[in-house]
Amino acid sequence: MSMLAYYFGLGWRSLRRNPVLTALMVMAIAFGVAASMITWSVFRVVSGNPIPWKSSQLYNVQIDNRGPQYDNAGHEPPEALNYTDAMALLQAHKAPHQTLLYDVALSVMPEGAHDLPINALGYATNADFFTMFDVPFEYGAPWATSDDDAHAAVAIISDDLNQKLFGGANSVGRNVTLDMRTYRIVGVTAHWDPKPRYYDVFNGMTFADRPPQLYVGFNRAIDLHIATSGRNNCGGAPFHADSPEQWLHRECAWIPFWVELPNEAMKKSYESFITAYSAEQQRAGRFQWAPNVRLRNVTEWLDFEKVVPPESRISLFVSVGFFVICLVNTIGLLLAKFMRRSAEIGVRRALGATRREVYAQFLIEAGAVGLVGGVLGLVITIIGMQGVGLLFDQDIAQLAHVDLSLLLTTLTVSILATVVASFYPTWRAAQVQPAWQLKSN
Amino acid sequence: MQIKPILAAMRHHKAGALLVGFQIALTLAIICNALFIIQARIARVERPSGVDESRVFVIENNWADKSSYQTIGAQIGADLIALRQLGSVEDASSTNSFPLHGAGWDNYVKMRPDQIHMTTDSSVYLSDDHTLNALGVTLIAGRNFTANEVQAAQLEEGKSWPVIIISKDLAKLLFPGGDAVGKTIYVTNTNTPSTVIGVTDTLQSHMMDGDSGSFAYNAILVPVRQLSSYVYYVVRARPGQLAAAMRDAPKALFAQSRMRIIDPKDGVMSFAQVRAKAYERDYGMAILMGIVSAVLLAITAAGIVGLTSFWVGQRRRQIGIRRALGATRTDILSYFLTENMMIGVCGVVVGTLLAIGINLWMVTRFAMAHLSITYVLTAAIILLLLGQGAVLAPALRASRVPPVEATRPV
Repeated sequence: MSMLAYYFGLGWRSLRRNPVLTALMVMAIAFGVAASMITWSVFRVVSGNPIPWKSSQLYNVQIDNRGPQYDNAGHEPPEALNYTDAMALLQAHKAPHQTLLYDVALSVMPEGAHDLPINALGYATNADFFTMFDVPFEYGAPWATSDDDAHAAVAIISDDLNQKLFGGANSVGRNVTLDMRTYRIVGVTAHWDPKPRYYDVFNGMTFADRPPQLYVGFNRAIDLHIATSGRNNCGGAPFHADSPEQWLHRECAWIPFWVELPNEAMKKSYESFITAYSAEQQRAGRFQWAPNVRLRNVTEWLDFEKVVPPESRISLFVSVGFFVICLVNTIGLLLAKFMRRSAEIGVRRALGATRREVYAQFLIEAGAVGLVGGVLGLVITIIGMQGVGLLFDQDIAQLAHVDLSLLLTTLTVSILATVVASFYPTWRAAQVQPAWQLKSN
Repeated sequence: MQIKPILAAMRHHKAGALLVGFQIALTLAIICNALFIIQARIARVERPSGVDESRVFVIENNWADKSSYQTIGAQIGADLIALRQLGSVEDASSTNSFPLHGAGWDNYVKMRPDQIHMTTDSSVYLSDDHTLNALGVTLIAGRNFTANEVQAAQLEEGKSWPVIIISKDLAKLLFPGGDAVGKTIYVTNTNTPSTVIGVTDTLQSHMMDGDSGSFAYNAILVPVRQLSSYVYYVVRARPGQLAAAMRDAPKALFAQSRMRIIDPKDGVMSFAQVRAKAYERDYGMAILMGIVSAVLLAITAAGIVGLTSFWVGQRRRQIGIRRALGATRTDILSYFLTENMMIGVCGVVVGTLLAIGINLWMVTRFAMAHLSITYVLTAAIILLLLGQGAVLAPALRASRVPPVEATRPV
């Protein structure tokens, strides 16, 4: 212990002896680690698994309803279902849990007569949505499957909308006016905003800047002809319709469909079910092509949809390259610093210090440089994070934040990297022959 | 030149020389790719939209009551009249999207009804007879829509669009031979053709993704007043009146009816804001690469200063001996400059190979373009100059070592 303190003392004195070299090293490490940490903090949110405990059991369903001439690259089916297929799968009920959704933007009439109406974004969906995606509730609970069957006018609102409309009070059982129609509130969600928003990548809501504000029953929304506020991808298929009924059954993709399949066997059997369904559509003459279906779990889906923006990857690579250069720089400077003290090392070795002790001394000194660099790097990281909004999409920039794990990573990375960088200079220092040094003086 | 003694001396500090060379190589590899990224992003951002950007702004209007599309159609008509009557406004039009917006509607374009694969893809702007003037886009051939050609309809009712106006670039792509006016194309995925009645000057599409690059200037204007839950008003202010018009317009709309939603934060956006939002990733990337390059150069320079100072410090005695044996100050100075130049050239050669390697990997990984040799040369010259600059101070210090140093113990 006392040796450790002694080494620290030696290190401290040596660092103070040539402050310019020391400052250079500290700055290089600080900038290198800060650049890496800032880009890493963005990368970890865009590439993270939004629902790790369940991501391998939730599957997105794709069915080719448009045929080879409209296929996306790689013979891929459309990224969502049309109404016909979504309803058929829902009614077949071959998965323990299944949900479907589409984006809605509804006007919300405030209680006060003087307030202007506001716009609220959310989803038309079914009861399983809330259990499949583990939506937390502040008040109330999801509506029942029987509400779905009865086409009930039920709504669930977010904590944020509940705050705006009811001042945060328990609003379960009260009514809310959406698009001039009355809905009964059955639940208020707690804050819930998984990123990336895996269940709605289709509509480009992957990094939406605010969480969904409301949810209404799918069947009810269809009855009321509430149009999707998201994508309605017809590819080359006709998009016109003469009646609402015909409109619903167009071959346009607009309904993301998810199933929960707890094990591999169920996945296999669901896959054969949707294949058989497509074959049946082919026999009936609706599809003029062989079944072309996909079943992708959350991580596969996010990979397929390439949710990580190329900017984020490129900047992470560049920053890591930057950090490596800073470390090469540090190796050079440490070498200069350590070799300048050949005489001191010679004296210590001659007085009986072992190589091991020389190693310990210099590694500790390097570690100290890493620590100081890390602390400075932390400061630069925190300042730099304020500027992340300049560099990335606002939506994404808001997600990047400083937390304890980022702070610890910054310090650990900078100390470890500096110690590793000091291996070669330390090894050189330990090779110093005591006799030569003493002789030359 | 005294290359031989430099090489001999370098053998004594191999590690240091290697480290400096390696650092120069890595820095070169990173900064020429960074410069290349900056240039590509700036080129993208500087593309013209075709819109008279300094005078145009956009209002996103959502309807509180969507139950009757007839009412919405009448309301849009009344809103447009109110907007056009404002003293600060030159013209106003309703649309579903506009250049640089990102969101919007694109459709397949075919030359024949029985064609299976599309000829190209294009933005569809649902417009009226005021749209061209509201955007500040001129016609280069044909005519504008007339007021009675504009039909109010829900999007899904668009079974046929008898007349359309297309952008210059789309016209060139579909009719390379020349005059597009009077020709027919298929844009509704049905068997009904649309006749091109006019061709606009440059007009950008709403699509901003990298992979729709080849469709970036394809736009079709269709005379339809879209009846849906939202509408965008594109408004062009009179010269110098943009701020006033942006203040007056929402007031005029709310005076018409309060049953609408215009987001207080970004419901009204000048085209400059639209542009900034559309290209925020590109600006961000360029800024980040700029910062990284600058800091990197600074750190590399600092590293060279540090290491050379150390060498000078170590060799004071030898320098003194050389001075005592007749070497001039210039000799000493040029010794360190030459040494640095030799390391620098080696670093630059290795760095060039590395840069090309990184670029080839980025080409396959991120579909980037091939690095042009100009960037490599520019970065190489920057680094060699930087090295010479960095070594200058310690080399000058070395040249001032007096000959008497030779007699002093270290």
